[in-house]
Amino acid sequence: MSLVYSGVLSHAPGITGRAHLVDNIEKRDEFYAALDNQKTEILATDAEAIVVIAAEHFANFFMNNMPAYCIGISENYEGPIEDPEWLGIQKTKIPGAPNLAKRLTKNIMQTVDVAYSEEWKFDHGIMVPLNFLTPKYDLPVIPVNINCQGPPLTPLHRAWAFGEALRRACDEAPEKIALVGTGGISHWPATPDSGKINEAWDREFLGHLMRNDKDALLNYSDEETYNDAGQGGFEIRTFITAAAAAQGNGDLQFYTAELPIFAVGCTVARFEIK
Amino acid sequence: MSLYNLQKFLYELNRDESIQANYSENSEALIAGYSLTDEEINALKEGDIGLLYVLGVNGQILMHYAALLGIEWFDYLEMMREGVRIHGPVRDGVYAMTGGGESFTNEEKER
Repeated sequence: MSLVYSGVLSHAPGITGRAHLVDNIEKRDEFYAALDNQKTEILATDAEAIVVIAAEHFANFFMNNMPAYCIGISENYEGPIEDPEWLGIQKTKIPGAPNLAKRLTKNIMQTVDVAYSEEWKFDHGIMVPLNFLTPKYDLPVIPVNINCQGPPLTPLHRAWAFGEALRRACDEAPEKIALVGTGGISHWPATPDSGKINEAWDREFLGHLMRNDKDALLNYSDEETYNDAGQGGFEIRTFITAAAAAQGNGDLQFYTAELPIFAVGCTVARFEIK
Repeated sequence: MSLYNLQKFLYELNRDESIQANYSENSEALIAGYSLTDEEINALKEGDIGLLYVLGVNGQILMHYAALLGIEWFDYLEMMREGVRIHGPVRDGVYAMTGGGESFTNEEKER
């Protein structure tokens, strides 16, 4: 077995970019400590690469040619595309893992028609997780995107199938591979309602996720999600893919709706690799 | 189609530092490369976040554009609310304002 870690975490740009505006310093630092613990857990696995399943925000893909799923196979990447002062993360280069990424892609293609790209600029959706999980940018990264922005969106059951394909591909590779899904649950980012969180919806979804309850996870319709969890809720696809890859139960290590300045219910969790 | 072009322009601007470097001196020529309505062109020339929001520019694209313009976070949120007050509800896309424009953070309320 070469998938050595699967987890999820939030990626909202405010987590780094608006750290200085937070009233609830204690809760903010508790969240940062949970992210630091996730870094430690990933390091302890001796992972040789980290797959980041993200929901990018128009850094690379547009409606002229939008892939439902895409894997980065480049030697290196750059980011963030955003203003560094705004995001609180300086522009940098990030090493890729092209050989491994190509092998994973080839394997995944046995069951999922995934796109690939040798050009990829990271936005906050990947840079914020990397800022906490590999702050020295010394762990090779394989970016994976699931289109959660430009409808029509891939169905949830395909996000699950993609996770299963990722798991199979990782298991058939000799390298130790860590994987994180990064997205939001309920949130209304980049609207005047930024900071709105449906905590009850979040906790119900996270309950399904931690039990890795496939039927419950795939039972959400995009219409219901949009109404109850906002357009940001479409990003549950990344969490579902991480759960499908792990196959085991989850451990919700951190969740709070008490940092609305970050515009998302801040979440850190890991799954048992089963 | 016009909203598509408007978003495409902002998408290219947001992700390409070479375009950004020329934008302040060369914005009219860059904008002229896209088929846009007069309303859209004026919104870009003015950096009118509120109108761009109401026109239906995807929120993530607009947020990155506002950051590029150096607009502070709470000012950016207020510009979108002001856009709705002046121009009415968001006309397209999935980034509509769901309530009456209230703030959801103590940090903004206490400002």
